[in-house]
Amino acid sequence: MKKLKTISTNVYLFLIYLFTYAPIVVLMLYSFNNSKSRGKFGGFTLKWYQQMFESETIMNALWTTLTVAILSAAIATVIGTVAAVAIHNMKKRTRSMVMNITYLPVLNPDIVTGVSLLLLFVFLKIKLGYVSMLLAHITFNIPYVILSVLPKLKQMNVNLYDAALDLGAHPVTAFFKVVLPEIMPGVVTGCLLAFTLSIDDFVISFFTAGAGVENLSIFIYNSTRKAINPSIYALSTLMFVTIFTLLMIVNRRTKQEES
Amino acid sequence: MKKFWLSVPYLAFMIIFILIPVVLVFGYGMTVVNDAGEVQFSLSNFKAFFTNSIYVEVFIRSLYLAAVATVICLILGYPVGLILASRRFRKKSFLILLIVIPMWMNLLLRTYAWLTLLENTGLINSLLAFFGLPTFEFLYSESAIVLGMVYNFLPFMILPIYSTMLKMDYSLVEAAQDLGANSFDTFRKIIFPYSLGGVFTGITMVFMPAVTTFAISSILSGRKIYLIGNLIEDVFISTFDWHFGSTIAIILIVIILLSMAVTSRYEKENSGGGLF
Repeated sequence: MKKLKTISTNVYLFLIYLFTYAPIVVLMLYSFNNSKSRGKFGGFTLKWYQQMFESETIMNALWTTLTVAILSAAIATVIGTVAAVAIHNMKKRTRSMVMNITYLPVLNPDIVTGVSLLLLFVFLKIKLGYVSMLLAHITFNIPYVILSVLPKLKQMNVNLYDAALDLGAHPVTAFFKVVLPEIMPGVVTGCLLAFTLSIDDFVISFFTAGAGVENLSIFIYNSTRKAINPSIYALSTLMFVTIFTLLMIVNRRTKQEES
Repeated sequence: MKKFWLSVPYLAFMIIFILIPVVLVFGYGMTVVNDAGEVQFSLSNFKAFFTNSIYVEVFIRSLYLAAVATVICLILGYPVGLILASRRFRKKSFLILLIVIPMWMNLLLRTYAWLTLLENTGLINSLLAFFGLPTFEFLYSESAIVLGMVYNFLPFMILPIYSTMLKMDYSLVEAAQDLGANSFDTFRKIIFPYSLGGVFTGITMVFMPAVTTFAISSILSGRKIYLIGNLIEDVFISTFDWHFGSTIAIILIVIILLSMAVTSRYEKENSGGGLF
């Protein structure tokens, strides 16, 4: 009886994992499929990868995705880290008010964040395009950096910074030599998180990019209107592998910090 | 470090990019441009939404499909959360990581994968035809949308249930067994009440993205079946009616707040695991 239970739960888990990963694996297999028809396998090929790298639209979208991710992660990390230090030193009431507002983009559905930023850009007469999309990405990334850095500040020994000041360090020097090394793990985790979220985002980019600017997500969304193009399978495979690797790194980092 | 100036850049950023946009949504949503071209306070857009049978139909369909997807996720995901949190597995963290990973992968790609599987000439129909079975048109239906939602949001149900159950003191179960409870009673009296916090977190976390999505519905229905998200998309991207678009956004925010109000009282007592 007990054995039967073990077997049935294992089978159930297996089916759930199959349901989760089978579509992804099938997509990856198609990226190496020589036949354009999805019904049969026509031998191994790398031509869809070649076609992908030769497609100007895809390469432009990739460039947009990567530069927005790098820039928004970098800027959000700087602003978010300074903000976390500032928030850490606020009085309790101010702090909880600021944190509540900071949480808004995390709690709001993406579509609401997207249209509200679109309205902001329209209101401020900022032309929709690369810059507006970048600003939007910085906006939704900052909360995650703050949430990664704040716990590290709480763990830090408050006397370290004061000791540096007593020994004659300039506050800025003290920040870079004493505080920053202490909170660095949180800063790096926040930065990686911001980068991953930015690469992954579709909804907010969709509303803030305007016509003509495409990142990879917008490109994929727009190409679902057309006939299926196998170079998207190649693109998906590469994106899956990238995100998978990034997550493994983030996961290992958080584990090391815990232990 | 008690320097006020340190917080100035972020406070400025926060007000411009977080606070003002939300204020704008409410400002635009509760005003209209009158015949003289002036902006004036009016709730007529709400009336326009709820008196137009097309919009009401979309509104009801969004709630209905999201609810169905949430229930299916609960039925499928609840056992997974329990099984993974049970003491059987040594590689627990790896198994749960496998559940978490797809959450971080592009939703469009995951939905696109189903598009290729479900097509009339796709893998599933090819397999059916190969075995001499009848083929179906899977796509372009409400069930296809629900499938897309379940596939994309199932991890959001499993994770909170798993992390809640992980915190449970197993000696409670042992105590129940020692006192003569059978496994059904143990489940009903100990495990199930304990898991409720995670369940309610899971329900919110599946229902919220499901009721606000527009990518899943437009990809898997070939832009034929509309949800609230698709209405917002249309209004903001094609017709540029900021006022009416914001009205729909407010309606969506109200739905979210209501569903959170229903579930949050349970969450507070027993807060399920975070995502990170």
